[in-house]
Amino acid sequence: MRTPRSLQKTSAYVVAAAILYIPANVLPVMHSSSLLVEQDDTILSGVVYLMRSGSWPLGLLVFFASIMVPLLKIMALGLLVWMSARRSRAHMLARARLYRVVEFIGRWSMLDIFAVTLLVALVRMGRLASVLPGPGALAFAAVVVLTLLAADSFDPRLIWDSADADD
Amino acid sequence: MTDPAAAPKLPTAAVGRRSLPSLIWLIPVVAAAVGLWLVAHTWLAQGPIITIRFSSADGIEVGKTKIRYKSVDIGDVKAIEISEDRKAVVVSAQVAKSAWDLLSRDSKFFVVRPRISGGTVSGLSTLLSGAYIAIEPGTSKELFINFIGLEDPPEVTSDMQGREFTLHGEQLGSLAYGTPVFYRRVNVGHVTKFSLDSDGRGVAVDVFINAPYDRFVTSNTHFWHASGVDVSLDANGLKVSTESLAAIIEGGIAFQELADLPPPPGPAPSGASFTLYDDRAQALQPPDLHREQFALYFPESLRGLSVGAPVDFRGIVIGEVKSLGVEYEKADSPIRFPVMIDVYPDRLRSRSLNGSSPGAYSQAKSRAIIDRLVAHGMRGQLRTGNLLTGQLYIALDFFPDASKTAIDWSGTPPVLATLPGGLTEIQDAVARIARRLDRIPIEQLSGELSQALVSLNATLKGSQKLIGQLDSQVAPQATRTLGEAEQALKAANAILAEDAPLQKDVQDALKQVAQSARALAVLADYLERHPESVIRGKAEDAR
Repeated sequence: MRTPRSLQKTSAYVVAAAILYIPANVLPVMHSSSLLVEQDDTILSGVVYLMRSGSWPLGLLVFFASIMVPLLKIMALGLLVWMSARRSRAHMLARARLYRVVEFIGRWSMLDIFAVTLLVALVRMGRLASVLPGPGALAFAAVVVLTLLAADSFDPRLIWDSADADD
Repeated sequence: MTDPAAAPKLPTAAVGRRSLPSLIWLIPVVAAAVGLWLVAHTWLAQGPIITIRFSSADGIEVGKTKIRYKSVDIGDVKAIEISEDRKAVVVSAQVAKSAWDLLSRDSKFFVVRPRISGGTVSGLSTLLSGAYIAIEPGTSKELFINFIGLEDPPEVTSDMQGREFTLHGEQLGSLAYGTPVFYRRVNVGHVTKFSLDSDGRGVAVDVFINAPYDRFVTSNTHFWHASGVDVSLDANGLKVSTESLAAIIEGGIAFQELADLPPPPGPAPSGASFTLYDDRAQALQPPDLHREQFALYFPESLRGLSVGAPVDFRGIVIGEVKSLGVEYEKADSPIRFPVMIDVYPDRLRSRSLNGSSPGAYSQAKSRAIIDRLVAHGMRGQLRTGNLLTGQLYIALDFFPDASKTAIDWSGTPPVLATLPGGLTEIQDAVARIARRLDRIPIEQLSGELSQALVSLNATLKGSQKLIGQLDSQVAPQATRTLGEAEQALKAANAILAEDAPLQKDVQDALKQVAQSARALAVLADYLERHPESVIRGKAEDAR
């Protein structure tokens, strides 16, 4: 059974994810306040902080999981949808593999949201220290959910449709 | 056979293009709307970037230091740069859009750091959180973004109700920013500013009196330094008074209105000027509106007389010593020591008994009073005020014996006649007594005395002869008379003795009289009860 209107759905999800990707990275994800400091952090500022403080591996992990992966997913899905819509016959095997990779790594993008929710739940010390989610967290969560939905609604058989038509 | 034409038509799938796109496209539209809203919200919430100049960026950090109004964050420091002239720092800060209207031309910015002054501790939270920049909004409607920050927090903020007054005093004492102001020992305000007068001859102290106490400041109010402890020893004993413990440590200002003046029309206007007196006694004495200066020349040493020493008129202080000096005109003229005093004629003016006020002051009138006093013998005299310390004061007193003199008012200042006083006077008196003693003719007196003694001797001899005569003639006669009198007394004694016969007889007679009286009483009693017995005789007892 084929997914009805797979292309339309996927492309809609991808466009929505692409739009929300901007506020997700520009707006602060986390608002932390303590006796000493009160500050807003975006994903990128967190990465920069980690890198500066010497945690290169952790910084890179967050950079890939939270910035590169959603971006690559959006671009990959966009590519898949575009090529399927054009009924392109190029690199069909590679596209099928790309789709599988996208579907696999999708869930790992929730790492950031997971960390923020953990912090919000754990760091509740009133005036001493507290962490609150920022508006960016909502946008970021929406991006991840939308890319998951996009990957889910994309019917991989569309990749091979052009091959059938050729027969 | 079936007619193929009659056969029912098979439904054919109508392949058409949807004219409308799928509803799924609502998702990106919503996403775009949400995204735009998020961005727009953040964008619009950002207010203007302002710059504030400070002399130093002590405690200010980029990204951490906040701008606060009433402890609410309204902005962040975004950058700190050194000004072009390298004399100041320019702090750039982003202010929230909602705080836009706080940025008027006369808004003030200052850095809040922990401050401990006297009785107050402020900005303690900044010990941990670091300094922050506070804003004191202005009243102007004009938007402004380039400010010059204050180095010290303003003592009076716009949300404080009350009024500010300026006090002029001779010295600052122990006053400082925030020093409390007391009214009847209630802390009602504080010092906001102090500065030297431009000519350096005094200080101006600005005080802020909180509402509603500011209405107690009237044109009759006098302010004084309430610093430290006031110890006074008077006829009532030792008295220690102070405003409060805080005032002992950090000083203070107190004010009170003068009691015996007509009530003023209303509270003093904001910014009114007052005199700051050195102490309470000085502040609350009736104001000395007028003064006369006099010069006094004393014949004795001025040691112990100091500037400010009282001029005492029979116990009432009516002036004070202003200066002591030395003057000589020519080489051969004696050196004189003028003492300049100020006399406040207001304190001399008489209050008539019926309570009517003495009327308006005029110099002629007060001089007439002083002329009259001098004509009655008023002179200046140096007296010892304190035997221990040898402090002198100037006493004005009446000396009716003093030679007649009058004040020459044309002199500047006029000279008030003096008399030697104190020890000098005693020395003079002793010398006078010695001179008189010297004049007594002691030799002549002693000759007369010896003559008198001789005659006294003769008189004594005469009296001795008289006594001898008395002894030989009068005494035997008297002895005899006394013996006779003794015999007579003995005889009388014998008659009156207890066991004498006369005594016995009298006692018996008296007993018999008593018995007969008793019998008569019984008879009378019986007759009273039985009057018939007079006729019938005594009835027998009916037993």
